[in-house]
Amino acid sequence: MSNGPIVVQGSSLALKPGYADHAADALRDLRQSGDAVDFEVEHHHDVASTIQLGFWIYLMSDCLLFSGLFATYAVLSGHTAGGPSGSQLFDLPSVLVETMFLLFSSFTCGLATLSMNANKARATVGWFAVTFLLGLGFLIMEVREFAHMVSIGAGPSRSAFLSSFFTLVATHGLHVTCGLIFMAVMMVAVLRKGLTDTNRARLNCLSLFWHFLDIIWVGVFSLVYLFGVVH
Amino acid sequence: MNVANESVVGHAPHGTHGAHGAHGGGHGATHKSYVIGFLLAIILTAIPFALVMEHAVAGTPLLIACFAIAQIVVHVTYFLHVNGSAEQRWNLTALLYTAVVVCIIIGGSIWIMYHLDMNMMPGMPHGRVP
Repeated sequence: MSNGPIVVQGSSLALKPGYADHAADALRDLRQSGDAVDFEVEHHHDVASTIQLGFWIYLMSDCLLFSGLFATYAVLSGHTAGGPSGSQLFDLPSVLVETMFLLFSSFTCGLATLSMNANKARATVGWFAVTFLLGLGFLIMEVREFAHMVSIGAGPSRSAFLSSFFTLVATHGLHVTCGLIFMAVMMVAVLRKGLTDTNRARLNCLSLFWHFLDIIWVGVFSLVYLFGVVH
Repeated sequence: MNVANESVVGHAPHGTHGAHGAHGGGHGATHKSYVIGFLLAIILTAIPFALVMEHAVAGTPLLIACFAIAQIVVHVTYFLHVNGSAEQRWNLTALLYTAVVVCIIIGGSIWIMYHLDMNMMPGMPHGRVP
């Protein structure tokens, strides 16, 4: 359908009379049915879903990166080298608060996506701002936890357990940081240019990324914090 | 992602730019799906935390793992809106492939290293080499 009109226009001169009539009919049908508009919409749609699939493949490869870190932690979690163990270090109530920060931010990120689909630019930015603050709250709590652990001599160099703990949890924290930067940039972009097709495609990637980080955190709080306290 | 609906809207010649709204982010994302996902996620988070904080019984690790997997499924379904529809076939294929590889990496590492630890215990002169 995409090059139909062009073919018809380009070849109609060379066609026999009968065929030319046929081609002219076809061309008229095309114009009347508004296929050109359909094509434009579908074209945008294709680009947006291709971008999204590409970003999805990136997220899956990121998942593999985390699986390596999870495996490393699972193997080394018992190797405390005489240092503090997980049950001595982890403070579950604060981990629960961190988890809730991230879970609420995932929800508000979903509300931002809905606002975007409803073409409400200001509401989109507003919900992303709430998401940003919740994400920032999570990050601040995590950094404070790390600082506290290092200050009592339980830094990453203390034992294999702590090395793998810091690598896994800090990699997640680094992803959250990148997500916050991405979010800040997109809020400015939407405020300046509105909900353009480009911005929509990027916001969709951002929300996929943010939901993905929450899924990784489910693995982190289950395998690291809850398992660590039980054992 | 409602191509069919947008095609219908597209018949209005111009000024339908706003109708692009649904594409890209769609996947059937609704207010309801986010609320359901959010409530389920809170429940599936609260229960394992409560179990551990109340100094729960043997078998808790298995329960924690089950709740984690359940919550991941909830997130993927209600937040990422992955389902079996034809337009998402590649997303689903990539996701399932990743899940298999993740299971092999994590499960395989734990399996192998656990047995390695067993065989290299200081107080174990013979090891358990089959």
